[in-house]
Amino acid sequence: MTKVSLVIVGGGPAGMSAAVAAYKAGVTDLLILEREAHLGGILRQCIHNGFGLHKFGEELTGPEYAARYAEQVKELGIPYKVGTMVTGITEDKVITAVNPTDGIMHIQAEAIILAMGCRERPKGALNIAGARPSGIYTAGTAQKYVNIKGYMPGKEVVILGSGDIGLIMARRMTLEGAKVKAVCELMPYSGGLARNIEQCLNDFGIPLMLSHTVVQIHGKDRVTGVTIAKVDERRNPIKETEQYIACDTLLLSCGLLPENELTKGAGITMDRITGGAVTDQSRQTSIPGVFACGNVLHVHDLVDYVSEEAEIAGCAAADYLANKQSERVDITVQPVGGVRYTVPQKITSAQDTTVYFRVADVFRDKRVVVKCGDRVISNKKKIKLAPGEMETVKLTAQVLAELAEGTITIGLEE
Amino acid sequence: MENKREMTCIICPRGCTLTVELEDKKVLGVKGNACKRGTDYAVAECTAPTRTLTTTVMTESGEVVAVKSNKAVPKELLFDCMKEINACVAPATVKQGDVVISNLLGTGADIVVTSYVE
Amino acid sequence: MFDVCIVGAGVVGALCARALSAYQLNVCVLDRANDVCTGASRANSAIVHAGFDAKPGTLKARFNVRGSEMMEQVCKDLGVKYVRNGSLVLGYTDEDKATLSDLYERGVKNGVRDLALLDREGVVALEPHVTEEVTCALYAPTGAIVSPFGLCDAGLGHAMDNGVEFIRNFEVDRIECEDDAYVLYAGEQTVRAKYVVNCAGLYSDKIAAMVGDDSFTVHPRRGEYMVLDKAFTPSLTNFTLFSTPTPKGKGILVTATTGGNVMLGPTAEELTDKEDLDTTAAGTASIRAQSARYVQNIPFNAVITSFTGLRAVGSTGDFIIHASAPGFITFGGIESPGLTSAPALAEYCVELLATEGLALEKKNDWSPVRTKGAIKFNKMTDEQKNEIIKDNPAYGNMVCRCEGVSEGEIVAAIRTNPGARDVDGVKRRTRSGMGRCQGGFCSSIIVEILSREMGIPYEQVTKSGGASIINYGRTKGGEHND
Repeated sequence: MTKVSLVIVGGGPAGMSAAVAAYKAGVTDLLILEREAHLGGILRQCIHNGFGLHKFGEELTGPEYAARYAEQVKELGIPYKVGTMVTGITEDKVITAVNPTDGIMHIQAEAIILAMGCRERPKGALNIAGARPSGIYTAGTAQKYVNIKGYMPGKEVVILGSGDIGLIMARRMTLEGAKVKAVCELMPYSGGLARNIEQCLNDFGIPLMLSHTVVQIHGKDRVTGVTIAKVDERRNPIKETEQYIACDTLLLSCGLLPENELTKGAGITMDRITGGAVTDQSRQTSIPGVFACGNVLHVHDLVDYVSEEAEIAGCAAADYLANKQSERVDITVQPVGGVRYTVPQKITSAQDTTVYFRVADVFRDKRVVVKCGDRVISNKKKIKLAPGEMETVKLTAQVLAELAEGTITIGLEE
Repeated sequence: MENKREMTCIICPRGCTLTVELEDKKVLGVKGNACKRGTDYAVAECTAPTRTLTTTVMTESGEVVAVKSNKAVPKELLFDCMKEINACVAPATVKQGDVVISNLLGTGADIVVTSYVE
Repeated sequence: MFDVCIVGAGVVGALCARALSAYQLNVCVLDRANDVCTGASRANSAIVHAGFDAKPGTLKARFNVRGSEMMEQVCKDLGVKYVRNGSLVLGYTDEDKATLSDLYERGVKNGVRDLALLDREGVVALEPHVTEEVTCALYAPTGAIVSPFGLCDAGLGHAMDNGVEFIRNFEVDRIECEDDAYVLYAGEQTVRAKYVVNCAGLYSDKIAAMVGDDSFTVHPRRGEYMVLDKAFTPSLTNFTLFSTPTPKGKGILVTATTGGNVMLGPTAEELTDKEDLDTTAAGTASIRAQSARYVQNIPFNAVITSFTGLRAVGSTGDFIIHASAPGFITFGGIESPGLTSAPALAEYCVELLATEGLALEKKNDWSPVRTKGAIKFNKMTDEQKNEIIKDNPAYGNMVCRCEGVSEGEIVAAIRTNPGARDVDGVKRRTRSGMGRCQGGFCSSIIVEILSREMGIPYEQVTKSGGASIINYGRTKGGEHND
C-alpha cells in the first residue's frame, strides 16, 4: 500500500489552500486528490466577480481566485491527481480512490484533510407537487451548462430560493438572453447577500417574491409553467394566492449541504446542524489526524473565509505530523439564544481562536454575548444579523488558558 | 429638489446599506458606508452607474472560456456589450489574462480571459 | 413482415419477447416511448408478492404464485437484482389479527410456502424498528424485492440478443386486419405482423378496441411514492412492510429496494387521465401520516425524490387475458401483482399463441442465461476492477459520485441491448443520478457521453425522449442572442 504523510481530499479552494499552508509549514510528502479533471473545484464555474477582496485586496472572478492557488500548488511542486474519486476513508486513515490511469488505489495516510465541498439541495428534498418533466435544475447545474459547457438550459425561468447561486444565475441567464420571471423565496428574507439582490435582481427588474414558494410544476416533456403561492407564517401555501407563471425552466437555489459521505463512512462525529464534522479550533475531527475545512465543514458565504479556514487546517495537520503540542484545554463552545451553530464546536488548545457562527433568524439591534457561566467574556452590539451572513467572535489565548475547561456560550441578547 | 435614496453598496460582500442625500442628481452626502469606497459607489450609482461584466466568449475550438471586463462599464450598456462579446470568436489557445476585445464599445474596458487551465 | 409484434415494452412485453426469442420466429416489440419500462413497470413497489393476497381461483392468484416461483431463476439468468428480503403484514388490533389469520389461510390455499403468524415479540425479533403500536404480523419469508428496470431492460435485452427487434417511439394509432396479417400504424409508419400481443398497459383497452374488442376498459390508479436517502436504510427496515388490509383499502407499504433505499407508498387514487403523473401535496401528506405507523422515526427530511406511478386497473377486477381477435392476444388490466406475475404471463403468452396457431420451433442455440449483458462492475473485486480499468480506462472515470458509477458503465448502458437513449434511460440502467444529489453533478457529463455515443449534438440529448430537451442550444452564436 502506498504511504503518504498528508492526503488532501478535494482540490477546490479549501483543498488547495490547505495543501499550500501545510507545505509551507514543512509537510513535503503530501498529495491532493481531485475528482474533476482540473484543480479549482466549483470556482471554475463561478465566473462572476466578488472573490478575493478579503484575501487578496482585489476583486477576482472564481477562476482567477482558483488560479492563484493552483499556481502556488504547481510552483511548490505539490503532487496532485485530478480525475481521481475518493470512494472511501477508514478510521485508520486508509483512503481508497480510483482514476483511469492508476485504477483503484489504497493509500495509507498519516494525516488527512477533508475538503470535499458541498452540494445543492436537490428537488426531491423539496417535495414539490406535480410532474417530472425536463427543465428542472439546481442553480449550480445550470451554471455548469452555461459557463463551462456554453449551453442554454432555459429561456423563460423561475427560480425557487434566493441563495447566492440562484441570484447569480438570474443575472447570468438574463445576460445570455433568457427571461427570468421571478425569484421565489419561502422565507420572509433572502438567504443571499444584499449586494447580489441589488446587482443580480434589481439591476434587471427581476422580482424577488419573499414568503412565496412553488406549489406545482406543470409540463409533460419539458416544464411549461409553475404555480406559485404566498405562504403563511408557518410556511404553508395560501390557496387563494396561487398564481400560474408560464416558463420552461425551474431553477432551484434552496441551500447547500456539506458533502460528508466519506466523513460519515470513516465514523467521524458529525454536527447535526452544520451537516459537517464536529471539530476543534484546529479543525481536527473526532479522529486524531483527520481535519476538515471549507464547505465540507460548514457552508461559508465567502471563499476568502474558506481559504482562511483551510490554512488553519493545513497548519494544524503539519503540527500534528511534527507532533507539536501546545497547552491543552477542554472547552465546549455552545450556541444559545438565536445562534444556530458555531465552528469550531470545541477548543482543545489555548490559542487565539476565531469562532464562526450563524444566527437562526433575522435580528436587529442585538448584542452578541460570549459567556462562560455568568462571566461575560465579550459583548458586542450588532445592528443587523441574518442567517445568510456568517458572524465571528474572537477568543484570546489568555482567556482560553484561564478558563482551561468548561463551556463557552455564544448567544444573542437585547 | 432635495431627497434621500437608500441603496445597497455592491462593492464588497459586506453590502452596506447606504443613505444618499441628493439634490437633483448631485450627491450631498452618503451615510451608512463602512469604507470610503461606499461614497464613491453611491456617487457613481446616482450619476453614472457602472458594472463589471462577466460572461463567456466562444473560441475557435467551439468551447467557451470565461471573461470579464477589466473595468466597470456603464450599466445601460450591459446588453450592448453582451452583443459585442457574443459576436467575438477568440483563438482556441487563449489563456488567463489575454485580451480578446480591447476598448469594448469605446468604454475603455478590455474583455479579458479569466478561465484557467493548469 | 414479423411473425409476432408485441405492443408495449413494459415488463410483460419485455418478458413475452424474451420467451418468444427462444423460438425460430421473427419478433418485434413496439413502444410509444424512447425506452423500455416507461409506464406502470417504471413506477411501482418493485416487490415480488409472496401470493397470500390474491383471491384463490383468480388469474391474479394463479400467475402471482407461479411468477413468484419463477422470479428468482429468471433474475439469476438475466443478471437482475433480486433479494428475498421477506415481507411482514403488520397488525395493530384484534380485528387485524383475525384478518391476518384469514390471509394466512388464503396464502396456504394459494400454495405460498413458509407463512407464519407472529405476535409482537416475534415481529420485534425480526424487525426491531416497528412502532410501539404493532401487535402482530403475518410473515412471508418468500416475499422478495426486484429491480423492475433491470427486469425490463435485461428481459428485452436478452430477447434482442436473440434477434428480437425493438422499435422505439412507435405509438400505435390504428390497426388494420389484412388477410394474413395485422398492420399497425403510427402515423405514416407501419409494422406488419401475423400475430399481435397487446401488452400496452394503461392503453391495452385502446389497442384491443382497434381490432374490435371493447369488452373491457382500463383506468389509471395513481400511486405516489417517496424514496429516502439510503444512508438511513439501516435505521428503517430491510423488509417489505405492509399493513393489514381494511375495508378502507390496503394501505401503503414501507419497503427496502434493490437499490438500497427505503421507499414509502403507494397511495391509491382513481383517475381518468392516463397521462397524469403528478405528485400531489395530499399524496405526500397521506404517505407521511400512514408510514409513521410502520416504523419509528422516519426521516422525512431525507426524502431524495418522490414520484407517481399509474396502475393499469382493469374493469373486471382481475387480469384480463384473452384473444381480442384471431391471433391477437391481449394482456389487459395487469396491475398489482403484475410485476410478480410477468414471468408466468410470458410463459402463458407462448401457450396462447400456440393455441392461436403459431408454429413454435425452438432455436438450437437459445440459452435462458444472458451472456451479453453489461458487466456488473460494481459487484467486482478490486483486482477484477483493475483488470477492467487497465483494458478500458473509462471504468476508472467516476461520473456519478453518489452511486459510484463510472463512464465505462454509462457507455455500456448505451451500447448494451436495448441501449439507453436519454438521461433517464442511463439513470434507470446505472443508477447514475438516482442518488442523493439527483444528478446535480453528473447530468451534464451524462449528456456529453450520450451526445458522443449517439453521434448527436449536445442540445439534442433529452431527459426522456420526445420534447424533453435539456438545453436549448449554444449560448454563443445561437439565435436567441439576436
